[in-house]
Amino acid sequence: MKPPAVFDFQAEVEETLKRIQSQKGVQGIIIVNSEGIPVKSTLDNQSTVQYSALIHQLVMKARSTLRDIDPQNDLTFLRVRSKKNEIMIAPDKDYFLIVIQNPSA
Amino acid sequence: MASRRMSTIHKLPGQKLSRSIKDDDDAWDGTDGLDDSFHSKSAADHHHHHHCHHHHHQLDLSEAELKEEVTRVLNANNPHAPKNLVRYSFKERFYKPVTAVDHLAVHFALDGNLLHKDSDEARRLSIFQLPTGLVPVETKVEDHAETPTTPVEDGAESEETGDEDKPHRTSSKRRKREAKITNQFNFSERAGQTRNNPSRERSCQTEPPPRITFSGTANQWEIYDAYFQKLQKQDKIEKKKKTTPEKKENFEVRKKSLLDTGNEEFAKVGRVAVIVERIVIQNTMDDIAQDFKYFEDASDEFRDQEGTLLPLWTFQYEKARHLSVTALCWNNKYQDLFAVGLGSYDFGKQEGGMLLFFSLKNSAFPEYIYSTASGILCLDIHPQLSYLVAVGFYDGCVAVYNLKEETVHPVYKSTASTGKHTDPVWQVRWQNDDMDNNHMFCSVSSDGRVVAWTLVKNELMSSDIIRLSVKGAPSDGSDGSQLTVISRGTSLDFHKQIDYLFLVGTEEGKIYKCSKTYSSQFLETYDAHRMPVDTVKWNHFHPKIFISCSSDWNVKIWDHTVNTPMFTFDLGAPIGDVCWAPYSSTIFAAVTIDRKVHVFDLSINKFEGICHQIVVAKKTRLTHIEFNPIHPIIIVGDDRGTVTSLKLSPNLRKKPKSKKGQELPKGSEAEVLKMDRLLSLLREPELD
Repeated sequence: MKPPAVFDFQAEVEETLKRIQSQKGVQGIIIVNSEGIPVKSTLDNQSTVQYSALIHQLVMKARSTLRDIDPQNDLTFLRVRSKKNEIMIAPDKDYFLIVIQNPSA
Repeated sequence: MASRRMSTIHKLPGQKLSRSIKDDDDAWDGTDGLDDSFHSKSAADHHHHHHCHHHHHQLDLSEAELKEEVTRVLNANNPHAPKNLVRYSFKERFYKPVTAVDHLAVHFALDGNLLHKDSDEARRLSIFQLPTGLVPVETKVEDHAETPTTPVEDGAESEETGDEDKPHRTSSKRRKREAKITNQFNFSERAGQTRNNPSRERSCQTEPPPRITFSGTANQWEIYDAYFQKLQKQDKIEKKKKTTPEKKENFEVRKKSLLDTGNEEFAKVGRVAVIVERIVIQNTMDDIAQDFKYFEDASDEFRDQEGTLLPLWTFQYEKARHLSVTALCWNNKYQDLFAVGLGSYDFGKQEGGMLLFFSLKNSAFPEYIYSTASGILCLDIHPQLSYLVAVGFYDGCVAVYNLKEETVHPVYKSTASTGKHTDPVWQVRWQNDDMDNNHMFCSVSSDGRVVAWTLVKNELMSSDIIRLSVKGAPSDGSDGSQLTVISRGTSLDFHKQIDYLFLVGTEEGKIYKCSKTYSSQFLETYDAHRMPVDTVKWNHFHPKIFISCSSDWNVKIWDHTVNTPMFTFDLGAPIGDVCWAPYSSTIFAAVTIDRKVHVFDLSINKFEGICHQIVVAKKTRLTHIEFNPIHPIIIVGDDRGTVTSLKLSPNLRKKPKSKKGQELPKGSEAEVLKMDRLLSLLREPELD
């Protein structure tokens, strides 16, 4: 899909993140850069650091797996559904976004 | 001192003997003395003094002390050898007394001249006595080595020794004479050694080179990435060679990048955020998504032939709440994307408009948002180039938006000078590219013109296709002249297969069949309705059938060769819009102002619809309806700026059943056949 047509990037992204946060059941959003360091988060510090470190590894592993099988392929997103909630990870070249949601809440 | 004293004692040997006898008659030790004690010496002196009687420096000893026995031992120890040598032991880390002291004293050494005849030396010397012919090579070399070192000894050969440059001559001369034996004993080698330069070690140490540990992995995809990047670089270089960059462009690009550097991170996150937003929404609206995909209303089997509509997502945008949905269009390429044009039908209240694009994947927020000054009344997405959108406005302008461009403004807009309409534009439709491969579209407006617009480079060029002028009835006025009345066009549709054929619906309720080639005459006129014709649409499959609807509560189906409608349906309320289904030639749907959606299937029921359902809340009117090209859903727009999506139940999607043993013809052919059968049924009674 083509990128959306509103061109103040910063505001646009902020707005999108706000909308996500306001959706039903969303517990937190974390933006992590390519080195695994959290850039922005709506959770507390300790959880943020924990999530970002662990999920970074998971994403790297998943991506490496996919690309080993077919180098032209790439990971679009990863959803980990657990008993209590769902962690959605959308990786990008330089950043990835983690959203934790409890869909039944 | 002691030795001197001892020597004095030596000089007087007799005295010694006498002394010892005198001292001790019983024991004669004969201790002589190299290690005379002071005591004994003093005793001798004492004796002396006995003879002399007067000596001042004599030790006074008592009788008992005089009689004391002093033991003297004679041994072969070297008196000069140290008695208490101490050496530092590195092993035990302290000074240890050396117990074994060497007592060997060399009194005399003399070097002798005699050689044992069997010893090596003697043998070597004897070789020199041999005749010249048998002189072995080594000795010659030795000779050589030795001759220059004996300049003093051999005065006779001094000339030759200096002659080192001609070794052969010297050697030959050597041979004639007897081989000289170097004197081993008093042979003194006079060697001169130049002063050796003291060797100094000079080293310098550089700083250790900085080290970093580098590690990498070689995976399939890393290799692929590397190649890909290289390819991209090559492409870039090629492109740079081909295109000459415009300075202006560069400046703009730079400007943008300046803005971006602050927001770079967020810009990149933007793309990802969009995806995540969709995921999150999918989660919250999971049941709707499931319904959309899988739900099939089982109760349809019991409902005879009627069907229902299942509401799915509703699409809203807050800023558009006060506007009505005036146009809907699905995107052909991305079938989950649709465009919504918003404006107002109310003449008095024109508040600007919006163009929104929604995706089924994200019902909370539009994908693209464009704000316009004037209300939008119609829009059309190009069937092949799905990023081009043509829009008609209330103020008579038309514009083309390019979704790929990152601007909020249309790429083309008609102005008064380029021939914009003077009245609201009610319908736009894309056409095939013209002969110059320029894109073009047509528009119809209340000013009675059907205009074709061509996208030439940077502007829109217009050309009238036809003027909807009708020769009116002769007036009752005095002149008796005929008036040409301009009909106001309200809808437009082009034939799916025949390019030049199109239909125009007017405000007077007439439908004109026109051709692009005839600009002044209509091919046919149909007296369709008593009120403005809101929509005309050709059937997707059958080439002859079209449908029209109007605010006079009627929906009519026509065969364009016949002047009267094939079917007429009265829906009991003013109709907003009507639309054929893309999967069947006999199914169509209509929306009315009383919030109902009506679905008809002519092959099932020719007189009544198979579904009439209220889909929106009270006090909202439905304005438009569109079928999705592939999914079994319809979208319905209302006057509150909301678009509701509904799923069609199975009864509404019936396809013709094949009789046993008969081959099923292809989709479109079957549809055409179906329609033909219908029409033939209709016509037979007519013929009769």
